[in-house]
Amino acid sequence: MTTLTAATPKSVLTGAHFLDGDQAACEGALAAGANFVAGYPITPSTEIVERFASRIPTVGGVFLQMEDELASSIAIVGAAWGGAKVFTVTSGPGFSLMMEHLGYAAMTETPLVLVDVQRGGPSTGLPTLPGQGDMMQARWGSHGDYEIIALCPNSPQECFDLMIDAFNLSEEYRTPVLVMMDESVGHMTEKVVIPEAESIKIFPRRYTSLPPSEYLPFRPGADGIPEMVKAGDGYRIHVTGLTHDEKGYPAMNWQTQKTLVSRLVKKIRDNGDRICRWEEHQTEDADIVLVAYGITSRVAQHAVKMARAEGLRVGLLRLIVAWPFPEKRIRELAARIHSFPVVEMNYGQMFYEVERLAGSTVRTELLGHGGGMVHQPEEILQAIREAAK
Amino acid sequence: MPEGTPAPKTRKFRGQVFIDWDCCKGCGFCIEFCPPKVLQFSEKFNEHGYHPPLLANEEACTGCDLCGLYCPDFAIYGIRVPKESQELASGKQPSAIPASANEKL
Amino acid sequence: MSTLPIVNPVEPFLRTDRMPHIWCPGCGIGTTVNCFARALVESKLPLEKVAVVSGIGCTGRVAGYVNLDSFHTTHGRAIPFATGLKLANPDLSVVVYSGDGDLISIGGNHFIHAARRNVDITVICVNNFIYGMTGGQVAPTTPLGATASTSPYGCYEHAFNLPFLAESSGAVYVARWTAFHVRHIAHSMVEAINKKGFSFIEILAPCPTLYQRRNKMGDGLDTMKFYKERSIIKNGARTHDVDIDLQGQITVGKFVDIERPTLQQSMEQQLRHTLRDQYAGMGGD
Repeated sequence: MTTLTAATPKSVLTGAHFLDGDQAACEGALAAGANFVAGYPITPSTEIVERFASRIPTVGGVFLQMEDELASSIAIVGAAWGGAKVFTVTSGPGFSLMMEHLGYAAMTETPLVLVDVQRGGPSTGLPTLPGQGDMMQARWGSHGDYEIIALCPNSPQECFDLMIDAFNLSEEYRTPVLVMMDESVGHMTEKVVIPEAESIKIFPRRYTSLPPSEYLPFRPGADGIPEMVKAGDGYRIHVTGLTHDEKGYPAMNWQTQKTLVSRLVKKIRDNGDRICRWEEHQTEDADIVLVAYGITSRVAQHAVKMARAEGLRVGLLRLIVAWPFPEKRIRELAARIHSFPVVEMNYGQMFYEVERLAGSTVRTELLGHGGGMVHQPEEILQAIREAAK
Repeated sequence: MPEGTPAPKTRKFRGQVFIDWDCCKGCGFCIEFCPPKVLQFSEKFNEHGYHPPLLANEEACTGCDLCGLYCPDFAIYGIRVPKESQELASGKQPSAIPASANEKL
Repeated sequence: MSTLPIVNPVEPFLRTDRMPHIWCPGCGIGTTVNCFARALVESKLPLEKVAVVSGIGCTGRVAGYVNLDSFHTTHGRAIPFATGLKLANPDLSVVVYSGDGDLISIGGNHFIHAARRNVDITVICVNNFIYGMTGGQVAPTTPLGATASTSPYGCYEHAFNLPFLAESSGAVYVARWTAFHVRHIAHSMVEAINKKGFSFIEILAPCPTLYQRRNKMGDGLDTMKFYKERSIIKNGARTHDVDIDLQGQITVGKFVDIERPTLQQSMEQQLRHTLRDQYAGMGGD
């Protein structure tokens, strides 16, 4: 059982602040102890690293603006193996570029956090306007089989809180973790309360206490997760993206593939119940449950209020952790409700997950659009009325 | 050194060469770049079908280890042997595989 | 690996449990690894503090064979990985060991920026003029007219002059040798590893199975003899003038050895200058 440690006061900006989501995310990372960022500017994420570049020299650490997202996403992996706590930020086009290294981090079990502040896509799309079109890419964007953890804040306060959770999850499961913001949340300014350092709990990196003669870099513990080391401590490790054995040596055969990749997948999947997180509003007696996340969930919440005032029995399930997806809960609700309107700023992404799990007895509907503007409460209300017929 | 030249008696060091017989891939670098040209291809094959080298002229080997430095397969290395350790140079080590042309393999 | 009474001096540097390696007979990569092992001995660096980072390709497999903290990363990205590793743990001596395709083609952008920044790493580029691992495709270093699987009628692109590229991007140490020049390679490696800043060593090496065979240059040994005959050592030569001309002479030597603040030195100096005693340093242990 790993003992959580407290955040270091020097990096925590304790107090009540008026911050936007990007700024709050930066503060969350600092509070979590992030001390190395390699980044590349891309709207609407740039403010996160701008703030980090300005804060980290007085906290202690490094910010390096790299030549591109390919460099940023691998430099942080290198820094992690040098012992640093790392993250980087991007938006759609950069997210696409970072996919190879997301897979490399998953394969080498490197803890890191990657923030995607989603904007309208595809391609260059709408740099300054919101979208939620990268959700499936978050799950499946890199090639091959791996599982991912992705969190969706819906307020600047959550941007702060969930960044800390993201780092903790990345250390606990020795895996990269995504924070899927959207431009609205990233650029909205709200009150953010940052507590005292002692009350911020940090999951420390799971460094081994075994001597080099006994340690194997990819031998899992009972929980399916190997202990970590860093370069320079005498372990003489080998890390590769090739399918590898417990020593880290390339072993390109189906048996090793089965052992390794099934473990990588299982270490997240088997812990889905512990990792999943969602919030429910008025679902206890609902016939209709909206599913939403990020900025859209706030509009949806308001629409629920409006619908309830009309006597419609509707609730909201808000995804806080989008991946792993709360499969069990959707199935449970599907057993007693008749409609799942899924409200998202895309042409159907998390919608497919809900539909898959809800089954044929429940109507799963998509209320989606390509982004660029946030849903209006009235259109969601209309969809609820339609579902209630 | 030309064949048959006796080793100079004033020389302090002699060389000995060790070969990992089955690791060799017969590239020929060591043979070509040995300064006193004391190595030559064996007529025998190793288990992979290559002809590893043999130390054809033991006395002329200086132990410079240039063969070792060139070998891409880490299959050969030379050592400088002080005159006091003559027995090493004459291959009396129990498990040695000295690269001598006279050794029956 | 061996049951011989006296250990091969290279053995402590190798992962002997992974031998034999995958390189072809007559391939020059193993020769450069020998030089590297000798260089490490001579440099007297504590081996726990040496890390090797490589990319994808035949030379990229070096990371898997050395008995050091070693990282086999993604294609072209060894240099930024090494940058992150080095900045997170400045006590490490970080050596990037990769091939011409990996470092200069897909990795080209990272190469020039790391040289510009003067990241304190050593980059060893084994140049066999081809993409070996994938079966012999044309590379940005393939000479004009040479045959490769993706330029089957002869390469029609001009090749990079790597020392020139390195110097003009800002490298503080630039050398070129061929796999024939084993002692020079080892010596350059010592200098480069000990030197602060971005050090670059290009080593021309045979790829007998692909490049040499397709271009009728014989086997590995023939190529080594070719290098021996055709190379001329010109220490301090102008990198502008050292294009490889396989019909003429190949200029080798140590071309550049200058001093410039490293990335870390510049960073700390600038931040200290602006923030004074508020600067909290680079973090880490």
